[in-house]
Amino acid sequence: MSNIEISGAKILVRFGSVVITETVVNTWLIMLVIFIACRILTRGLTVRGGTKRQMVAEWIVTKVNGLVKTNMGEAFRDYPPLIAAIMALSALCSLSSMVGLYAPTSDLSTLVGWSLMVFVLITYYKIRANGFLGYLKGYTEPIVVMLPMNIVSEIATPISMAFRHFGNVASGTVVTALVYAALSALSAAVFKFLPGALASIPFFQVGLPAVLSLYFDIFSSCIQAFIFSMLTMAYVSAAAQ
Amino acid sequence: MGMEEVKYLSKAIVLAASAIGAGLAMIAGLGPGIGEGNAVAKALEAIGRQPECKSEVTSTMILGVAMAETTGIYSLVIALILLFVNPLVGKLG
Repeated sequence: MSNIEISGAKILVRFGSVVITETVVNTWLIMLVIFIACRILTRGLTVRGGTKRQMVAEWIVTKVNGLVKTNMGEAFRDYPPLIAAIMALSALCSLSSMVGLYAPTSDLSTLVGWSLMVFVLITYYKIRANGFLGYLKGYTEPIVVMLPMNIVSEIATPISMAFRHFGNVASGTVVTALVYAALSALSAAVFKFLPGALASIPFFQVGLPAVLSLYFDIFSSCIQAFIFSMLTMAYVSAAAQ
Repeated sequence: MGMEEVKYLSKAIVLAASAIGAGLAMIAGLGPGIGEGNAVAKALEAIGRQPECKSEVTSTMILGVAMAETTGIYSLVIALILLFVNPLVGKLG
């Protein structure tokens, strides 16, 4: 029962007080993958005809443009690159656990970084829409007594965004680890009678973890990427009003 | 009892209490479960009535479900912290 090992990101290099963890390295790796994918997809674009590559690129751009237009309106025409970047980075970060990498999204720091960026955007648009004094006055709406609640709810926005994404990815890791441990204990108990090394093979670990992985790794990763970018769009466009 | 035993016992008690606390925290999973179930049921009703709105209803529902999930995620994070970070053991001194 003691073989359940759940740990955070490993520290790879240490420069004094600056540490480089697996999270940083894997995030840069994934950014490199996205960059290369973009370069490959957008090579040799033509106005007429075009290759299959160009079709894929155009499909992605059209989809993201449509999504941003329906959720944020015409005023945010220059937002699709940010939304597409968040979506691709989040999805690939979560999916990277399937090839055995440490998923950067199972580190809270990554998500806190992203949601802080969204928080800065929200604050920027609020100040731009209402002016600085209007922004401060917004905290005392509808009455002055609500000031503490408004401050808490303002801070809760990035925290809940970060925790939601982190919780979904991390719970997948924890549940998978627990199921693996339980299955190995179960098969050790059931196949005790087998001779020698055969008894130590965890037969029950075949099959069931794949179904869990289908849900936690593929479905949950894509949904969380979608939700994070939807929330970004919703909060930012609500802040501009 | 010797000093060592007292320390050992108090650590064991704190660990046990953390485990119980983590279990209790996860009771909060009830709320989002019921709420999300309601949301999905209503969305299915809406899709059944107006199948042409399927994609719009689905994306709005997913967003709402994600919002409703927040409290459950909070309790999950607290349970994870209690189980794997053990912040209360450090307070023993």
